[in-house]
Amino acid sequence: MITGIMDHARVLARTIRHVFHMPVSNALNVLVIGIALSLPTGIYVILKNLERVAGQASSAPQLSLFMSMSASKEAIARIEKQLKQHTAIEMVEFVPRHEAFAQLKLTSGLADVMGSLKENPLPDAFIIHPKLTHSERLEALRDELRTLPHVDHVQLDSAWAHKLGALIKFANLVIWLVSVLLSLALVAITFNTIRLQVLTQRDEIEISKLLGATRAFIQRPFLYFGLLQGLLGGITAWLIITVSMALLNSYLANLTHLFASNFTLQALSANDIMTLLLFSAYLGWLGAWLSVTLHVWRAEIK
Amino acid sequence: MIHAAPIIQPTKVIHFSQVSKRYPNGYEALKNVSFEIAEGEMIFLTGHSGAGKSTLLKLIAAIERPNSGSVVVKGQNIATLKAGAIPFLRRNLGLIFQDHKLLFDRSVFDNVILPLQICGFEHRESTKRVRAALDKVGLLKREKSNPITLSGGEQQRLCIARAIVNRPAILLADEPTGNLDSDYANEILSIFKSFNQVGVTLLIATHDENVLQQFSGRTLALVHGSLTPESAAQAITGASNLGNLGKLR
Repeated sequence: MITGIMDHARVLARTIRHVFHMPVSNALNVLVIGIALSLPTGIYVILKNLERVAGQASSAPQLSLFMSMSASKEAIARIEKQLKQHTAIEMVEFVPRHEAFAQLKLTSGLADVMGSLKENPLPDAFIIHPKLTHSERLEALRDELRTLPHVDHVQLDSAWAHKLGALIKFANLVIWLVSVLLSLALVAITFNTIRLQVLTQRDEIEISKLLGATRAFIQRPFLYFGLLQGLLGGITAWLIITVSMALLNSYLANLTHLFASNFTLQALSANDIMTLLLFSAYLGWLGAWLSVTLHVWRAEIK
Repeated sequence: MIHAAPIIQPTKVIHFSQVSKRYPNGYEALKNVSFEIAEGEMIFLTGHSGAGKSTLLKLIAAIERPNSGSVVVKGQNIATLKAGAIPFLRRNLGLIFQDHKLLFDRSVFDNVILPLQICGFEHRESTKRVRAALDKVGLLKREKSNPITLSGGEQQRLCIARAIVNRPAILLADEPTGNLDSDYANEILSIFKSFNQVGVTLLIATHDENVLQQFSGRTLALVHGSLTPESAAQAITGASNLGNLGKLR
């Protein structure tokens, strides 16, 4: 058992020495793998941040209910009472028309235009915070509120977040496609590297077989090499993403300062990093395994 | 022709029964070959090049498989042996190749330690065994050299050291004195004899007349893939007795 572990350690040590024996070509391979992996990982990071923004917005959906201009004070009070008693509604805020008008004057910078208006064009309105978040139920609630008397228009404010969500879903599909394609590329890179190694070590493989080497013994160094190359490629991708994020965040800091917000891109989580490294190591191993199977064992069957 | 019963006695380490080998290109290397080798025998396999000597050795090491007949080595039938079992069969064999098959990307020492690494020996034990094997063939002082710097005779002895480091029960040598002058050849032959004295079974393929003249034991002669009538007679009847006689002389 201990000699078995020592064997593995020795092969691993030899593999690492082997990697440093040809530093330039191996470094280039690792870089190519790193860049290939950083593409889908980068898109993933951007999407994750977009999702966070969309999530913040759509987590608190609102309904805006606009009364008709002709609605009397009594009618409005009746509606308010009805809304407050509604089981699906958490909270109701009444926005009187004169208040809305004043606020609009203040915030939009259209004071001149507004001042030239002869009368307030805005209706009385309610801002409704519903208890539910499911978009279909919200739509049902909207339709129900529309039928109330003296209600002119009901608007579901989370619609844009809903659209963004759909867009993110689509982008996620794009990530999957890019990931699958680039993973194939990674497997192909390792496959080819190992093929060249098998060619240069043909004598050693042949002689080892004659001396009683098992299949596991012969393929072990190649599999370790693939695993190591994949892992180093994954680490490279991680570094590329981390450096890019740092650059983007320093730029964003300037940008968001102007907009008086402190939005920063969220980096990869420990979970994401683990997944990335395990996945890249596995793909490297897979490429090596395919190559060894094809070039060492298939070659045997004459 | 008389054939042995398919029952293998424990002392028979190699047993050929009506073995034929035809290569995919149609060349028939061995035709209906039958013989037995008992434990501790030292046997020469003779014949011109192309007579089938190498093929016969390859069948024993499961490098080739017979088309018909059975080859049984240490109780295992080569014809039906699973691919996964072949490495473990080969660990019982020491193979000495005409072209040496040395690795020139590593030292003499690292060439000899390879079979021990393959078998998973502990490092300190391996080092001890490698030094003992190199000492036996007189190459201990060259352990750090690259094999490319060795002479033909030294390379052959290195190949022998690698074959015996694992202490195999059977040594198979293909033209071990092939390109060597008679001094080197005699040296190698005496090394073989010393192995035989400690109980190793040897099968040595050679067409070197000098070597054969010095040897008085049992020989198997191949002509165009068949054993000669004299060899065939020796191959079965009292084979092990003759082997013992060879050892006594």
